[in-house]
Amino acid sequence: MAAISARNLTKTYGELVAVDGVSLEVADGEFVGVLGPNGAGKTTLLEMIEGLRRPDGGEVHVLDEPVWPRNAGLRPRIGVQLQASSFFERLTTREQIRTFASLYGVGSGPADEWLERVGLTDKVDTRVEDLSGGQAQRLSIACALVHDPEVVFLDEPTAALDPQARRNLWDLLASINDSGRTVVLTTHYMDEAEALCDRVAVMDHGRILRFETPAVLISELDTPGTLEDVFLSLTGREYRA
Amino acid sequence: MSGRARGPFWALSLAILRGFLRDRASVFFTVLFPLMFLVLFGGLFANQDQSKVDLIQVGQVALIDDLPDGARGAFDETFEVTKDDDLAAALEEVRKGDADVALEQRGDKVIAHYTQTDQVKAAITQGTLRAFVDGANVAATGQPPKFGFEAEQVEDDSLSTIQYVTPGLLGWAVAMSAAIGAAATLQGWRQSKLLRRLQLAPVTTGTIVGARVTVTLLIALGQLAIFLGLGAAAFGLTLTGSWWMAIPLVVVGTLCFMALGLLAGALAKTTEGAVNLANFLVLPMAFLSGSFFPLDAAPKWLQRFSELLPLKHLNTGMLDVMVRGEGPSAAVVPLAILATFAIVVTALAARLFRWDTT
Repeated sequence: MAAISARNLTKTYGELVAVDGVSLEVADGEFVGVLGPNGAGKTTLLEMIEGLRRPDGGEVHVLDEPVWPRNAGLRPRIGVQLQASSFFERLTTREQIRTFASLYGVGSGPADEWLERVGLTDKVDTRVEDLSGGQAQRLSIACALVHDPEVVFLDEPTAALDPQARRNLWDLLASINDSGRTVVLTTHYMDEAEALCDRVAVMDHGRILRFETPAVLISELDTPGTLEDVFLSLTGREYRA
Repeated sequence: MSGRARGPFWALSLAILRGFLRDRASVFFTVLFPLMFLVLFGGLFANQDQSKVDLIQVGQVALIDDLPDGARGAFDETFEVTKDDDLAAALEEVRKGDADVALEQRGDKVIAHYTQTDQVKAAITQGTLRAFVDGANVAATGQPPKFGFEAEQVEDDSLSTIQYVTPGLLGWAVAMSAAIGAAATLQGWRQSKLLRRLQLAPVTTGTIVGARVTVTLLIALGQLAIFLGLGAAAFGLTLTGSWWMAIPLVVVGTLCFMALGLLAGALAKTTEGAVNLANFLVLPMAFLSGSFFPLDAAPKWLQRFSELLPLKHLNTGMLDVMVRGEGPSAAVVPLAILATFAIVVTALAARLFRWDTT
């Protein structure tokens, strides 16, 4: 069974072709990273797969079900962490995750357990506005996972985290994947992709340039290097948006 | 509640209500700010009695000095008398507005120097002094007066200040909080992508909108209770028979102004922009709908224009049932007009609605 199967996905905003005929298959239980410079089309691609943005062309299936037209049956089975911290204003950490849990028919017990798993037990009564960037990020991930989804999408989950929080989060993400869930994440950190991902898709200008295991990509380099060298050799060194 | 999941509707409603109650600025602008106006209008402007006329007596004025005790009392009710022997100085005071009239007597003639700056006081001064002079003339003849005069006050139809301002200010308060609440929620949730996030959860748009509407209605009914309670307890507001029809009026009025707020939220690009636009629509409308003062003195074209504004109908409906003693049927036409506005504006907002900022 394929967790994600996309064929020829295309999205255009006016003149700009954000995603240009992308096809990809993600196997059940796979951990996949989507890499690319800013403006490469990563977020738009993910949003089409999640069911947030209707593709102009192509089709996409998640867990063997069509995502479009909007498929309500898929919603409890996928978990999404968006780039921004999408919280209810002025709620505490605990109220926040319990509210999201209720939307999925999940009780407050599992919700509180998730706060523990992401290390926010001493922040349960802190309002979300008063959390640090890293704490907010962890809460946002916990809110995406509270209903125990089969496929998880994370958009730059470790942005704004300090190295301690980043490594702890890696462990968390790896454990989520070990329990059989499919994980798709976007990131700018090559070490993160190398450490966590079974395969990485390198995107630029709305297309997937390569979709391979980090080891294969690195072995193809002319001189010994890292995944970052692979990334730069694929996407060039000019500044992006 | 521990362990059990709340239904999505209640979870959302509770989250929105908590967010509102913890936002001091929102609570201030929806509850305290309009109440300040109620206190201002109801408390400070309630006493519409004329203050006394400041009268400067220059030298000897037999008319005043020789008044019998009873008449002196009546005179002092109208005039605040000070004495000054310098006519030029007294006239200067009148000219500057520090006194209303300077009075002198030359022979048998009582001369009042006054200005027309305050026409009411000028009229009172002239009328009262003339009456006292006439009275003195009658007394001088030694004959008893032929005609008597007695004044009796008739309760008039016009409303006292608190009766008029309570429904109008309530209408403004409800309109403002509904419109700004809806505009800020739509834009705020769009900015933070919470709208997107909720779209991914297994809840229908109906549940999300229903929760937001429920909380706004609760807030509006809370405003109604606070206004009527404070008005009655502190300022002598007396409600007439069908005042309870104000409840459906507030409910439909809230829906109407939520729709207006949604329109503002759909049009604006930022949360601040949405709130400002909602304010820009509601505040002038409040003035033109008689929320702060009656429009009876306004030009005819302005009165006709105000008929196009939903707030005007909310105010009129509430005035009729709350303080003018009209029956429940007086609210039917305003209710119908407000409902029509709500439907049309919601349809317009829905057409312009976008899930996110790009």
